Amino acid sequence: MAGVADRRAAAAARHRLLPEGRVAGPMPWIIAIMMFLTVLAAAAGLGLGAAVRSMSADLAGRATVQIVEANVEARDALGRRAAQALRGADGVAGVRPVDPATLVDQLRPWLGEEASSGDLPIPALIDVTLTPGGADAKVERLRRLMAGLSPKIRVEPHAAFLLPLAGLLSALGWLAAGIVLLMALATGAVVVLAARGAHDSHRGTIEVLHLMGATDVQIARLFQRRIALDAMLGSLLGFVVAACVILLLGGRLIATGSDLLGAVRLPWSGWAVLAALPLGGVLLAMLAARWTVLRSLGRLL
Amino acid sequence: MRLARLRGAGFTAGRPLCHGCMSGAEGSARAPVFTIMSAIVQFENVGLRYGLDSETLSDVSFSLHGGGFYFLTGASGAGKTSLLKLLYLAQRPSRGVIRLFGEDVVTLPRKRLPGFRRRIGVVFQDFRLVPHLSVYDNIALPLRVAGMEEAEVDAPVSEMLNWVGLGDRGQARPATLSGGEQQRVAIARAVIARPEILVADEPTGNVDADMASRLMTLFEALNRLGTTVVVATHDLPLMGQVTGAQMMRLDKGRLADPTGALRYPPRSRGSA
Repeated sequence: MAGVADRRAAAAARHRLLPEGRVAGPMPWIIAIMMFLTVLAAAAGLGLGAAVRSMSADLAGRATVQIVEANVEARDALGRRAAQALRGADGVAGVRPVDPATLVDQLRPWLGEEASSGDLPIPALIDVTLTPGGADAKVERLRRLMAGLSPKIRVEPHAAFLLPLAGLLSALGWLAAGIVLLMALATGAVVVLAARGAHDSHRGTIEVLHLMGATDVQIARLFQRRIALDAMLGSLLGFVVAACVILLLGGRLIATGSDLLGAVRLPWSGWAVLAALPLGGVLLAMLAARWTVLRSLGRLL
Repeated sequence: MRLARLRGAGFTAGRPLCHGCMSGAEGSARAPVFTIMSAIVQFENVGLRYGLDSETLSDVSFSLHGGGFYFLTGASGAGKTSLLKLLYLAQRPSRGVIRLFGEDVVTLPRKRLPGFRRRIGVVFQDFRLVPHLSVYDNIALPLRVAGMEEAEVDAPVSEMLNWVGLGDRGQARPATLSGGEQQRVAIARAVIARPEILVADEPTGNVDADMASRLMTLFEALNRLGTTVVVATHDLPLMGQVTGAQMMRLDKGRLADPTGALRYPPRSRGSA
């Protein structure tokens, strides 16, 4: 018990060596803003990454077979043969001919009532779900199989339709990762400037401690602690506000009812990564402060 | 261990270093026997140059013996402060050899210097008290830097406060103290860790004659406990006050030795 009291007293004495100026200074607020933006960027990156992964997994295993035949009877007959051939093919997990009525309903907004008149040659569609892995090779085999039935049958992998969108989401994800990295660098730079400023404004105290035999590490620890406290306050504030914004936006995305936007979601592992960011920020700030102060002290004898 | 050294040197509660020496009364207890030790400071052909200017100190050679009392004098600009800076390791010389406690500190790795600095107490000309710390914390600073347990800090600091006559001003900030009081805090801070060498740069420059005399009495008391004292001053009457002190005179960066006393170890004053 006495040991604890002694350690507390020693810590209090050490803390008094640098005048306290927490929160009043700009450091915590700057760190809070940077942490807020970092968490948002990281959340965007993680959310988009999850969406791309989900979309890729979904698209890579699916294809649509189109039977482009103007004659309705011939089209239906070809459709049945194609479906039968597909069901027996290797690498096919599921075959679902699209109901023509459903197709007409989906086309009505663009074609109007003409869609159901029968005058327009609407192709028959079959949704094919492939077994996992080797999607490209399987699609190629299906193409050869369908070409053997009729040249009027086309096989279109879904990945081909949405590849540009997946690419865009992936690029946005990488952009978000880049922003996180830049924000980390900027945070480090801010801390270096703050540590230099603090070092300059306490030069007299540092010189006295130095000439009394304080080691560089002893002096650097004073600044490390102070900057770590500032960084902790700022990081927590930034994280809490950013988390509120993310929850709010997440609710809005779900409310849209869109499959695409709904895929942009943050898993628990993503939240764990976000929660680690303030800790990383504090660690970064401490290391930057230590490096700066040790470097400045290294110039003294 | 540090506390044991302090206690061994007489810094224990109820056994002050010099009863009433800050109140003008002569210390009643003289150290019984004073032994002169070997050279603890050696300067050999030391030169100091700032940038591309001409040398501030040239070919300075001398030895200081453990337990001696030395005055460093010379006109303003003669290089007294520069020499002291070399002595308390605030500066490296441009050339020459400086040995402290038997080790060459010029070539010593930087990381080993703090250990040497802890063995030297410095009273700066401008005091250099830490303005946001209380008098108590200022005096405790060397003990805390040396890593003394907090529970062991209070006794020597309280004793030192009483010793310099500031027992009731422990929580005051330096800015609220008079020049003489600040001077005493600076001295208390310099000696609390029982340094082997005490370096004082113009310690009487900011105080009246009476206070200057009392400070000298205080330095003598420390010296009797074995601390080597080096005082830079150009106050000749003050130098005459200290029995058996040696004098070094700097003249335009070169050490003059008018008395020749520095060629020999200081004479024993213990049984005088």
